[in-house]
Amino acid sequence: MCGATVGGLTTEGIDVAKETIIQGVVSRSGEPVGGAYVRLLDKGGEFTAEVPTSATGHFRFFAAPGSWTVRTLAPGSTVDHSVVAEKGSVAEVSVEL
Amino acid sequence: MSRSDVLVDADWVEAHLDDPKVVLVEVDEDTTAYDKNHIRNAIRIDWKQDLQDQVRRDFVNKAQFEALLSRKGIANDDTVVLYGGNNNWFASYAYWYFKLYGHDSVKLLDGGRKKWELESRELVGDVIDRAPTAYTAKEQDRSIRAFRDDVATAIGVDNIVDVRSPDEYAGRLLAPAHLPQEQSQRGGHVPTAVSIPWSKAANDDGTFRSDGELTDLYQSAGVDLSTDTIAYCRIGERSAHTWFVLHEILGVTNVKNYDGSWTEYGSLVGVPVQLGDEPGGPEGGVS
Repeated sequence: MCGATVGGLTTEGIDVAKETIIQGVVSRSGEPVGGAYVRLLDKGGEFTAEVPTSATGHFRFFAAPGSWTVRTLAPGSTVDHSVVAEKGSVAEVSVEL
Repeated sequence: MSRSDVLVDADWVEAHLDDPKVVLVEVDEDTTAYDKNHIRNAIRIDWKQDLQDQVRRDFVNKAQFEALLSRKGIANDDTVVLYGGNNNWFASYAYWYFKLYGHDSVKLLDGGRKKWELESRELVGDVIDRAPTAYTAKEQDRSIRAFRDDVATAIGVDNIVDVRSPDEYAGRLLAPAHLPQEQSQRGGHVPTAVSIPWSKAANDDGTFRSDGELTDLYQSAGVDLSTDTIAYCRIGERSAHTWFVLHEILGVTNVKNYDGSWTEYGSLVGVPVQLGDEPGGPEGGVS
Protein backbone atom coordinates (compact mmCIF):
# COMPACT_ATOMS: atom_id res chain seq x y z
CA MET A 1 0.00 0.00 0.00
CA CYS A 2 3.00 2.32 0.26
CA GLY A 3 3.26 4.92 -2.43
CA ALA A 4 -0.50 5.26 -2.92
CA THR A 5 -1.27 8.18 -5.18
CA VAL A 6 -2.81 11.32 -3.78
CA GLY A 7 -6.60 10.98 -3.90
CA GLY A 8 -6.64 7.24 -3.46
CA LEU A 9 -5.32 3.80 -4.25
CA THR A 10 -3.64 3.08 -7.51
CA THR A 11 -5.81 1.07 -9.91
CA GLU A 12 -2.80 -0.49 -11.60
CA GLY A 13 -3.55 -4.07 -12.56
CA ILE A 14 -7.34 -3.59 -12.46
CA ASP A 15 -9.40 -3.43 -15.63
CA VAL A 16 -11.22 -0.26 -14.59
CA ALA A 17 -13.37 -0.23 -17.74
CA LYS A 18 -15.06 -3.47 -16.61
CA GLU A 19 -15.45 -2.56 -12.94
CA THR A 20 -17.52 -0.13 -10.86
CA ILE A 21 -15.11 0.91 -8.15
CA ILE A 22 -15.80 2.67 -4.86
CA GLN A 23 -12.70 3.36 -2.82
CA GLY A 24 -11.31 5.84 -0.35
CA VAL A 25 -9.41 6.53 2.81
CA VAL A 26 -10.40 6.73 6.49
CA SER A 27 -8.68 9.30 8.66
CA ARG A 28 -8.91 10.89 12.08
CA SER A 29 -7.52 14.40 12.52
CA GLY A 30 -5.79 14.01 9.17
CA GLU A 31 -4.01 10.77 10.15
CA PRO A 32 -4.92 7.54 8.28
CA VAL A 33 -6.78 4.93 10.34
CA GLY A 34 -5.81 1.32 9.64
CA GLY A 35 -7.98 -1.57 10.80
CA ALA A 36 -11.28 0.33 10.67
CA TYR A 37 -14.23 -1.60 9.19
CA VAL A 38 -15.93 -0.19 6.10
CA ARG A 39 -19.31 -1.62 5.11
CA LEU A 40 -21.01 -1.16 1.73
CA LEU A 41 -24.82 -0.96 1.93
CA ASP A 42 -27.06 -1.08 -1.15
CA LYS A 43 -29.84 1.40 -1.98
CA GLY A 44 -32.20 -0.52 0.30
CA GLY A 45 -29.73 -0.29 3.19
CA GLU A 46 -28.85 -3.98 2.89
CA PHE A 47 -25.30 -5.10 3.65
CA THR A 48 -23.30 -5.93 0.53
CA ALA A 49 -19.68 -6.12 1.65
CA GLU A 50 -17.23 -5.17 4.38
CA VAL A 51 -13.47 -4.68 4.39
CA PRO A 52 -10.94 -3.60 7.00
CA THR A 53 -8.85 -0.58 6.03
CA SER A 54 -5.19 -1.07 5.17
CA ALA A 55 -2.35 0.34 7.26
CA THR A 56 -2.65 3.51 5.17
CA GLY A 57 -6.40 3.77 5.87
CA HIS A 58 -7.47 2.71 2.38
CA PHE A 59 -10.39 0.55 1.28
CA ARG A 60 -11.89 -0.55 -2.06
CA PHE A 61 -15.13 -2.14 -3.30
CA PHE A 62 -16.10 -3.56 -6.66
CA ALA A 63 -19.76 -2.58 -6.86
CA ALA A 64 -22.48 -2.21 -9.48
CA PRO A 65 -23.70 1.11 -10.92
CA GLY A 66 -26.08 2.98 -8.63
CA SER A 67 -26.44 4.59 -5.21
CA TRP A 68 -24.62 3.12 -2.21
CA THR A 69 -23.90 3.95 1.41
CA VAL A 70 -20.39 3.55 2.81
CA ARG A 71 -20.56 2.95 6.59
CA THR A 72 -17.34 3.13 8.62
CA LEU A 73 -16.99 1.46 12.03
CA ALA A 74 -14.04 2.22 14.30
CA PRO A 75 -13.71 2.13 18.09
CA GLY A 76 -16.11 4.83 19.26
CA SER A 77 -17.25 5.98 15.78
CA THR A 78 -19.79 5.10 13.09
CA VAL A 79 -19.90 7.36 10.00
CA ASP A 80 -22.12 7.06 6.88
CA HIS A 81 -21.40 8.49 3.42
CA SER A 82 -23.63 8.36 0.31
CA VAL A 83 -21.92 7.62 -2.98
CA VAL A 84 -23.03 7.14 -6.60
CA ALA A 85 -20.97 4.64 -8.59
CA GLU A 86 -20.63 4.30 -12.36
CA LYS A 87 -19.13 1.53 -14.42
CA GLY A 88 -15.68 2.36 -15.75
CA SER A 89 -14.94 5.02 -13.16
CA VAL A 90 -13.62 5.25 -9.62
CA ALA A 91 -15.80 6.89 -6.97
CA GLU A 92 -13.53 8.28 -4.25
CA VAL A 93 -14.80 8.61 -0.67
CA SER A 94 -12.93 10.47 2.06
CA VAL A 95 -14.07 9.43 5.55
CA GLU A 96 -13.13 11.64 8.52
CA LEU A 97 -13.90 10.11 11.92
CA MET B 1 -27.84 -27.54 20.18
CA SER B 2 -28.58 -24.06 21.39
CA ARG B 3 -26.86 -20.70 21.53
CA SER B 4 -25.07 -21.31 24.84
CA ASP B 5 -23.58 -24.60 23.53
CA VAL B 6 -22.07 -23.10 20.40
CA LEU B 7 -21.26 -19.43 21.09
CA VAL B 8 -18.88 -17.86 23.57
CA ASP B 9 -18.28 -14.17 24.20
CA ALA B 10 -15.03 -12.24 24.50
CA ASP B 11 -15.03 -12.34 28.31
CA TRP B 12 -15.24 -16.15 28.22
CA VAL B 13 -12.32 -16.28 25.79
CA GLU B 14 -10.21 -13.94 27.92
CA ALA B 15 -10.88 -16.17 30.95
CA HIS B 16 -9.71 -19.26 29.00
CA LEU B 17 -6.67 -17.86 27.17
CA ASP B 18 -4.32 -20.05 29.21
CA ASP B 19 -6.56 -23.13 29.44
CA PRO B 20 -4.58 -25.95 27.78
CA LYS B 21 -7.76 -27.79 26.74
CA VAL B 22 -9.20 -24.76 24.94
CA VAL B 23 -7.70 -24.14 21.49
CA LEU B 24 -8.33 -20.73 19.94
CA VAL B 25 -8.18 -20.87 16.15
CA GLU B 26 -8.25 -17.85 13.81
CA VAL B 27 -9.65 -18.45 10.31
CA ASP B 28 -9.76 -15.48 7.93
CA GLU B 29 -10.59 -14.84 4.32
CA ASP B 30 -7.45 -12.69 4.30
CA THR B 31 -5.13 -15.43 5.47
CA THR B 32 -2.39 -12.90 6.31
CA ALA B 33 -4.49 -11.15 8.99
CA TYR B 34 -3.12 -13.57 11.60
CA ASP B 35 0.44 -12.55 10.75
CA LYS B 36 -0.30 -8.95 11.67
CA ASN B 37 -1.71 -9.88 15.08
CA HIS B 38 -4.17 -12.25 16.73
CA ILE B 39 -5.65 -13.17 20.10
CA ARG B 40 -2.96 -14.44 22.47
CA ASN B 41 -2.33 -18.20 22.22
CA ALA B 42 -4.47 -18.50 19.07
CA ILE B 43 -3.27 -20.70 16.21
CA ARG B 44 -4.19 -20.28 12.55
CA ILE B 45 -6.00 -22.48 10.08
CA ASP B 46 -5.68 -21.32 6.47
CA TRP B 47 -8.97 -22.07 4.70
CA LYS B 48 -7.30 -22.29 1.28
CA GLN B 49 -4.16 -24.23 2.13
CA ASP B 50 -5.37 -26.29 5.07
CA LEU B 51 -9.04 -26.97 4.40
CA GLN B 52 -9.14 -27.38 0.60
CA ASP B 53 -7.72 -30.26 -1.40
CA GLN B 54 -4.91 -28.69 -3.44
CA VAL B 55 -5.68 -30.67 -6.62
CA ARG B 56 -9.40 -31.34 -7.00
CA ARG B 57 -12.13 -28.88 -6.01
CA ASP B 58 -13.15 -30.47 -2.74
CA PHE B 59 -12.45 -30.48 0.95
CA VAL B 60 -9.55 -32.15 2.59
CA ASN B 61 -10.54 -35.78 3.11
CA LYS B 62 -10.72 -37.54 6.46
CA ALA B 63 -7.04 -38.53 6.48
CA GLN B 64 -5.97 -35.00 5.48
CA PHE B 65 -8.17 -33.49 8.20
CA GLU B 66 -6.67 -35.85 10.77
CA ALA B 67 -3.16 -34.89 9.66
CA LEU B 68 -4.03 -31.18 9.82
CA LEU B 69 -5.44 -31.28 13.34
CA SER B 70 -2.63 -33.53 14.56
CA ARG B 71 -0.07 -31.11 13.13
CA LYS B 72 -1.84 -28.12 14.70
CA GLY B 73 -1.85 -29.80 18.11
CA ILE B 74 -5.61 -30.20 18.44
CA ALA B 75 -6.79 -33.27 20.38
CA ASN B 76 -10.16 -35.00 20.11
CA ASP B 77 -11.17 -33.87 23.60
CA ASP B 78 -10.08 -30.23 23.18
CA THR B 79 -12.64 -27.45 23.03
CA VAL B 80 -12.01 -25.57 19.79
CA VAL B 81 -13.03 -21.90 19.69
CA LEU B 82 -13.04 -20.42 16.19
CA TYR B 83 -12.98 -16.75 15.30
CA GLY B 84 -12.10 -14.61 12.31
CA GLY B 85 -12.73 -11.54 10.21
CA ASN B 86 -15.63 -10.91 7.82
CA ASN B 87 -18.16 -11.41 10.60
CA ASN B 88 -16.92 -14.97 11.17
CA TRP B 89 -17.67 -16.15 7.59
CA PHE B 90 -14.64 -18.39 7.38
CA ALA B 91 -14.70 -19.26 11.07
CA SER B 92 -18.26 -20.55 10.46
CA TYR B 93 -16.98 -22.42 7.43
CA ALA B 94 -14.27 -24.06 9.54
CA TYR B 95 -16.84 -24.76 12.26
CA TRP B 96 -18.90 -26.66 9.68
CA TYR B 97 -15.80 -28.73 8.75
CA PHE B 98 -15.19 -29.61 12.38
CA LYS B 99 -18.81 -30.80 12.63
CA LEU B 100 -18.61 -32.55 9.26
CA TYR B 101 -15.74 -34.63 10.64
CA GLY B 102 -17.42 -35.11 14.01
CA HIS B 103 -15.43 -32.94 16.44
CA ASP B 104 -17.27 -32.96 19.73
CA SER B 105 -16.69 -29.55 21.31
CA VAL B 106 -16.42 -26.59 18.95
CA LYS B 107 -17.66 -23.04 19.43
CA LEU B 108 -17.59 -19.65 17.73
CA LEU B 109 -16.46 -16.40 19.36
CA ASP B 110 -19.56 -14.22 18.89
CA GLY B 111 -18.63 -11.13 16.86
CA GLY B 112 -15.30 -12.62 15.81
CA ARG B 113 -12.24 -10.56 15.27
CA LYS B 114 -14.14 -7.37 14.47
CA LYS B 115 -15.94 -7.04 17.81
CA TRP B 116 -12.70 -7.93 19.61
CA GLU B 117 -10.94 -5.11 17.74
CA LEU B 118 -13.77 -2.61 18.16
CA GLU B 119 -13.57 -3.22 21.91
CA SER B 120 -9.79 -2.61 21.74
CA ARG B 121 -9.00 -5.97 23.38
CA GLU B 122 -5.46 -7.36 23.40
CA LEU B 123 -3.92 -8.65 20.15
CA VAL B 124 -0.37 -10.00 19.94
CA GLY B 125 2.16 -10.96 17.29
CA ASP B 126 3.71 -13.94 19.08
CA VAL B 127 3.14 -17.27 17.36
CA ILE B 128 2.79 -20.36 19.54
CA ASP B 129 3.43 -24.00 18.71
CA ARG B 130 1.23 -26.67 20.22
CA ALA B 131 2.63 -30.19 20.65
CA PRO B 132 1.42 -32.51 17.87
CA THR B 133 -1.44 -34.88 18.62
CA ALA B 134 -2.83 -38.08 17.07
CA TYR B 135 -6.24 -36.82 15.97
CA THR B 136 -8.93 -39.24 14.82
CA ALA B 137 -11.80 -37.90 12.67
CA LYS B 138 -15.17 -39.54 12.04
CA GLU B 139 -16.55 -40.23 8.57
CA GLN B 140 -18.05 -37.15 6.85
CA ASP B 141 -21.54 -36.36 8.12
CA ARG B 142 -23.41 -36.10 4.81
CA SER B 143 -26.56 -34.95 6.61
CA ILE B 144 -25.15 -31.40 6.73
CA ARG B 145 -23.66 -31.24 3.22
CA ALA B 146 -25.56 -30.80 -0.07
CA PHE B 147 -24.24 -31.58 -3.55
CA ARG B 148 -25.43 -30.12 -6.85
CA ASP B 149 -27.92 -32.91 -7.56
CA ASP B 150 -29.48 -32.38 -4.14
CA VAL B 151 -30.02 -28.73 -5.09
CA ALA B 152 -31.48 -29.52 -8.52
CA THR B 153 -34.01 -31.94 -7.02
CA ALA B 154 -34.90 -29.47 -4.24
CA ILE B 155 -36.09 -26.82 -6.74
CA GLY B 156 -39.77 -26.16 -6.08
CA VAL B 157 -39.82 -28.89 -3.41
CA ASP B 158 -37.65 -27.95 -0.40
CA ASN B 159 -36.49 -24.67 1.09
CA ILE B 160 -33.55 -23.23 -0.80
CA VAL B 161 -32.05 -20.17 0.86
CA ASP B 162 -29.73 -17.89 -1.09
CA VAL B 163 -27.71 -15.97 1.51
CA ARG B 164 -25.74 -13.71 -0.86
CA SER B 165 -26.41 -9.98 -1.12
CA PRO B 166 -29.60 -8.93 -2.98
CA ASP B 167 -27.57 -7.73 -5.99
CA GLU B 168 -25.82 -11.11 -6.31
CA TYR B 169 -29.19 -12.89 -5.99
CA ALA B 170 -30.68 -10.79 -8.78
CA GLY B 171 -27.65 -11.26 -11.02
CA ARG B 172 -26.45 -7.66 -10.91
CA LEU B 173 -23.23 -8.68 -9.12
CA LEU B 174 -21.29 -11.93 -9.57
CA ALA B 175 -19.24 -11.80 -6.39
CA PRO B 176 -19.20 -10.02 -3.02
CA ALA B 177 -18.43 -6.36 -3.63
CA HIS B 178 -14.98 -6.47 -2.05
CA LEU B 179 -13.84 -8.79 -4.86
CA PRO B 180 -13.37 -8.06 -8.59
CA GLN B 181 -16.50 -8.90 -10.59
CA GLU B 182 -14.89 -10.56 -13.61
CA GLN B 183 -16.30 -14.11 -13.61
CA SER B 184 -17.18 -16.55 -16.37
CA GLN B 185 -20.36 -18.09 -15.00
CA ARG B 186 -23.93 -16.82 -15.27
CA GLY B 187 -25.47 -14.47 -12.75
CA GLY B 188 -28.76 -15.09 -10.95
CA HIS B 189 -30.02 -17.69 -8.48
CA VAL B 190 -31.43 -21.21 -8.18
CA PRO B 191 -35.12 -20.99 -9.17
CA THR B 192 -37.51 -20.92 -6.18
CA ALA B 193 -34.67 -20.00 -3.78
CA VAL B 194 -35.61 -17.21 -1.38
CA SER B 195 -33.21 -14.36 -0.70
CA ILE B 196 -32.25 -14.08 2.96
CA PRO B 197 -28.81 -12.43 3.07
CA TRP B 198 -26.53 -13.87 5.77
CA SER B 199 -26.03 -10.29 7.01
CA LYS B 200 -29.63 -10.11 8.24
CA ALA B 201 -28.65 -12.69 10.86
CA ALA B 202 -25.88 -10.48 12.25
CA ASN B 203 -25.61 -7.14 14.01
CA ASP B 204 -23.21 -4.46 12.73
CA ASP B 205 -20.58 -5.62 15.25
CA GLY B 206 -20.71 -9.14 13.82
CA THR B 207 -22.61 -10.78 16.71
CA PHE B 208 -25.59 -12.97 15.93
CA ARG B 209 -29.07 -11.54 16.41
CA SER B 210 -31.33 -12.92 19.15
CA ASP B 211 -33.10 -16.27 18.78
CA GLY B 212 -36.45 -14.49 18.39
CA GLU B 213 -35.15 -12.17 15.68
CA LEU B 214 -33.54 -15.08 13.85
CA THR B 215 -36.68 -17.20 13.90
CA ASP B 216 -38.74 -14.25 12.64
CA LEU B 217 -36.23 -13.63 9.87
CA TYR B 218 -36.71 -17.05 8.27
CA GLN B 219 -40.40 -17.45 9.01
CA SER B 220 -41.32 -14.02 7.62
CA ALA B 221 -39.52 -14.99 4.39
CA GLY B 222 -41.74 -18.04 4.14
CA VAL B 223 -39.19 -20.68 5.13
CA ASP B 224 -40.97 -23.63 6.79
CA LEU B 225 -38.28 -24.80 9.21
CA SER B 226 -40.02 -28.15 9.70
CA THR B 227 -39.06 -29.22 6.16
CA ASP B 228 -35.65 -29.71 4.53
CA THR B 229 -33.50 -26.65 3.86
CA ILE B 230 -30.42 -26.09 1.70
CA ALA B 231 -28.39 -22.90 2.10
CA TYR B 232 -25.93 -21.66 -0.51
CA CYS B 233 -23.90 -18.57 -1.42
CA ARG B 234 -20.96 -18.17 -3.83
CA ILE B 235 -18.36 -20.60 -2.43
CA GLY B 236 -20.07 -21.92 0.70
CA GLU B 237 -18.62 -19.77 3.46
CA ARG B 238 -21.45 -17.27 3.93
CA SER B 239 -23.95 -20.14 3.76
CA ALA B 240 -21.93 -21.88 6.48
CA HIS B 241 -22.75 -18.80 8.58
CA THR B 242 -26.48 -19.30 7.85
CA TRP B 243 -26.16 -23.06 8.40
CA PHE B 244 -24.67 -22.21 11.81
CA VAL B 245 -27.64 -19.96 12.60
CA LEU B 246 -30.26 -22.52 11.60
CA HIS B 247 -28.63 -25.78 12.66
CA GLU B 248 -26.56 -24.76 15.67
CA ILE B 249 -28.24 -21.70 17.22
CA LEU B 250 -31.88 -22.46 16.40
CA GLY B 251 -31.46 -26.24 16.54
CA VAL B 252 -33.12 -26.96 13.17
CA THR B 253 -31.88 -30.45 12.27
CA ASN B 254 -32.61 -30.81 8.54
CA VAL B 255 -30.33 -28.11 7.13
CA LYS B 256 -27.53 -28.64 4.61
CA ASN B 257 -24.83 -26.32 3.33
CA TYR B 258 -24.23 -26.49 -0.44
CA ASP B 259 -20.52 -25.75 -0.56
CA GLY B 260 -20.33 -25.90 -4.36
CA SER B 261 -22.69 -22.92 -4.24
CA TRP B 262 -23.08 -20.41 -7.06
CA THR B 263 -19.59 -20.85 -8.52
CA GLU B 264 -20.63 -24.45 -9.28
CA TYR B 265 -24.37 -24.09 -9.95
CA GLY B 266 -23.91 -20.95 -12.08
CA SER B 267 -21.51 -22.87 -14.33
CA LEU B 268 -23.62 -26.03 -14.79
CA VAL B 269 -25.03 -26.91 -18.20
CA GLY B 270 -28.68 -27.94 -18.30
CA VAL B 271 -29.99 -26.48 -15.05
CA PRO B 272 -32.56 -23.68 -14.74
CA VAL B 273 -31.49 -20.22 -13.57
CA GLN B 274 -33.62 -17.33 -12.38
CA LEU B 275 -32.64 -13.69 -12.91
CA GLY B 276 -34.08 -10.75 -10.97
CA ASP B 277 -35.37 -10.08 -7.49
CA GLU B 278 -38.11 -12.78 -7.35
CA PRO B 279 -37.64 -16.49 -6.53
CA GLY B 280 -39.33 -17.47 -9.80
CA GLY B 281 -40.85 -20.81 -10.83
CA PRO B 282 -39.08 -24.19 -11.20
CA GLU B 283 -38.28 -23.57 -14.88
CA GLY B 284 -36.36 -20.34 -14.18
CA GLY B 285 -36.34 -17.21 -16.31
CA VAL B 286 -36.30 -13.46 -15.81
CA SER B 287 -38.39 -11.57 -13.25
